[in-house]
Amino acid sequence: MMRVALMMAAMLALSACGEREQTLAASRNKSPDQPWQGAKNEFVAKNWTPSDKAGWETQLRNRAQTQNEYNKTN
Amino acid sequence: MARMKFICDAERCIECNSCVTACKNEHEVPWGVNRRRVVTINDGVIGQEKSISVACMHCSDAPCMAVCPVDCFYRTDEGVVLHDKDICIGCGYCSYACPFGAPQFPSNGTFGLRGKMDKCTFCAGGPEADGSHAEFEKYGRNRLAEGKLPACAEMCSTKALLGGDGDVVADIFRNRVLRRGKGSEVWGWGTAYGRAPNANATAPMPAPAPAPAPAATKTSAGAKS
Repeated sequence: MMRVALMMAAMLALSACGEREQTLAASRNKSPDQPWQGAKNEFVAKNWTPSDKAGWETQLRNRAQTQNEYNKTN
Repeated sequence: MARMKFICDAERCIECNSCVTACKNEHEVPWGVNRRRVVTINDGVIGQEKSISVACMHCSDAPCMAVCPVDCFYRTDEGVVLHDKDICIGCGYCSYACPFGAPQFPSNGTFGLRGKMDKCTFCAGGPEADGSHAEFEKYGRNRLAEGKLPACAEMCSTKALLGGDGDVVADIFRNRVLRRGKGSEVWGWGTAYGRAPNANATAPMPAPAPAPAPAATKTSAGAKS
């Protein structure tokens, strides 16, 4: 009984000697959300389904091609 | 998905500043902070005036990330350089490191107190949950998660500013340049290394090595050091 109490007291006394994690990096706070999972609001474009990664990539490729006016004139 | 990039076509930009307005409106950017701006050279000189729209270029090896003392920057899987305002201390190191002047610092109060850094997010928000109100308050809209491209590029009236997957926008721009009847002098190797438009021309010769300094100069330099 005495031995257990001594061990617990030692653990308590030494608990302050440990080293806390000192890394301060933004990646620690980063949300696990990926853009292809879709924003949680009502502004999501209609041409793709959130959580469909391939669909999201296709959507962005198609959207980028709207910047190519040669697609419109030819 | 490849790297997200911006490219601005100086032949098309008409300095209308609609990209700046679109950005400020989309993200409700505070007064005094310009995530994007239009830079004009040779302003007023007929035939020589050129403008480009500049914001964070989301560098592949970003100097802001390298110098940040609190490591508040991170890069997404799409190659977008973002930062965490909860970690940023507003020291301004990133502003000195950035070659494009992208980091902006809101200032207010009696003593012009400098706030936390704000910059273009490629409309990709921040560390908070995508599309959340908290994310909007700190970083603005997250258009990428909505399946859209940055507002500045999509709003550009002359399509001078292109944004999106680097391969796609590079193809659009390359096609445009070729149709103008130009070649490597405005795109690729010629731009980087100065090759003449004439295909038969030879590459510029390297500058001759400087003549060795006189012995007396060397001695005096050595004595000084």
